[in-house]
Amino acid sequence: MQEFIRLWFNYSDLKEVLPVLVEGARITVVVAIAAQAIGVAGGLVLALLRISKLKILRLPAIVYIDLFRGTPLIMQVLIAYTALPLFGINLDAITTGIVVMGLNTAAYDAEILRAGIESIHAGQMEAARSLGMTYLQSMRYVILPQTVRRVLPPLTNDFIILIKDTAILSIVAVPELLRNAKEWVGWKARFSGYTGAALVYLAMTLPLTRLVSWMERRLSMGEADHAPQKGFLRRMFSFGSDEGSGTTGKGPRRSTHR
Amino acid sequence: MTRAPDRHNSEEVPIDELSTGRESIVRIVDLHKQFHQLQVLKGINLEVERGDVMVVIGPSGSGKSTMLRCINRLEESTSGHIFIEGDDIMAPGANVNALRQKVGIVFQSFNLFPHLTVLGNVMLAPLKVQRRPKGQVEETARRNLERVGLSDKVDVYPAQLSGGQQQRVAIARALAMEPDIMLFDEVTSALDPELVKEVLDAMKELAQEGMTMLVVTHEMGFAKEVGTWAVFMDEGVIVERAEPGELFDNPKNERTKSFLSKVL
Ligand SMILES: Nc1ncnc2c1ncn2[C@@H]1O[C@H](COP(=O)(O)OP(=O)(O)O)[C@@H](O)[C@H]1O
Ligand SMILES: [Mg+2]
Repeated sequence: MQEFIRLWFNYSDLKEVLPVLVEGARITVVVAIAAQAIGVAGGLVLALLRISKLKILRLPAIVYIDLFRGTPLIMQVLIAYTALPLFGINLDAITTGIVVMGLNTAAYDAEILRAGIESIHAGQMEAARSLGMTYLQSMRYVILPQTVRRVLPPLTNDFIILIKDTAILSIVAVPELLRNAKEWVGWKARFSGYTGAALVYLAMTLPLTRLVSWMERRLSMGEADHAPQKGFLRRMFSFGSDEGSGTTGKGPRRSTHR
Repeated sequence: MTRAPDRHNSEEVPIDELSTGRESIVRIVDLHKQFHQLQVLKGINLEVERGDVMVVIGPSGSGKSTMLRCINRLEESTSGHIFIEGDDIMAPGANVNALRQKVGIVFQSFNLFPHLTVLGNVMLAPLKVQRRPKGQVEETARRNLERVGLSDKVDVYPAQLSGGQQQRVAIARALAMEPDIMLFDEVTSALDPELVKEVLDAMKELAQEGMTMLVVTHEMGFAKEVGTWAVFMDEGVIVERAEPGELFDNPKNERTKSFLSKVL
């Protein structure tokens, strides 16, 4: 037991490893944010294709989403790192990681965004169209702004999962948080490096978890709250809710094991 | 079948002759609409001329909403013709977004945009669709909100308004596109009784300003007072049309009589 504590919870080891971990965490954050940006942008395009009435637009989106959600992320990572160079695409490890994680996230975000869009009452689109707005104008100015606050909680959840999933990139030599911890542990043979890594992951994810709970609480308060609000987030989650039940917080959330 | 004045007696007139009417705003010719197997509109013929306030009554499920929705192509008609100011809106290549700017519609459920203020609701389409300068759009928007008696609510969000106020915003929002005709689909049916009058008053005001209106309603008092024409619709056809007083007090058709005896 003492041996365990000495190897895993050693204060001076933790202090020593911290700069290494922070260095890795920087990469983790960069990869996660960049991948989420690709994920939301790509997910939006996929979602719009997915709800199209035209089969020729809908089908590719369905295939894409099924493919990325139906295979292990770790496999997608390995394929990208081994196959892309064969096509003459030589990206550095971090960029490749961002692209794969982004493409993967897009598939999940597409389903969240689709559910968000579909949760807006059909009368909204009709009202917008009846005023002469095009389909895309109606989406942009009427449907999507209402979708934002409904999808923010599940998208943030997704981002939390994404932060943790970047650890997968440690197998392809991306110097992110877990990779740095592993190297330090391998070199020093003291496991506090892992403990430290876990604490750094928690430092990133816990605030976001709280944020999601806060957003979900605000959303479920719904119509009761019309008081003018200060601050961007507060305002976003305060305007009176519209008719239609909405799928607040109930989007197709991906499970951690993908 | 119809006792309406001659200019409304359009059933047997060929299409090319129909489309020469100068003051015609909406002309519907032999309109059919089918949802899968269900025949909803079975040959509608109707003409609305500039300045008309045409009231449509009829039992639930008779196709009144479907007819209105076909007029601005929220619903695609199965066959027949609809002319808006002489243009066949079902012709291939017809510009549906341009058409919709000429035809304002107000729904039973107000469908205001909840993320925008009252002013934002009224200004959105003129800004994005007509791309008019913001100052001018805002001026028009405020004027239209004043028309429906809501000058003091411009900066408020829809959820903070009563149903009657929301519906009046919806009217102002449709007016903002400066349409040539306004369609109203049972706009007071979702309202608490005490809120009905303010909406009807706003519509009455519009009618007095000379707006061309096609109004589906159960408000017989309004229909009689404001309507210049009334039509009775049943099972996907227009059964009878006349001046409102005539139609309500002296219906000719048995189905009209039977319907009126139930609702009056
Ligand atoms: N989108 C639709 N799909 C299938 N049936 C519909 C649809 N819209 C309306 N209907 C049917 O068409 C008929 C006429 O409906 P509607 O035009 O709403 O009548 P009204 O407005 O006179 O009450 C009803 O039987 C209704 O169920
Ligand atoms: Mg109806």
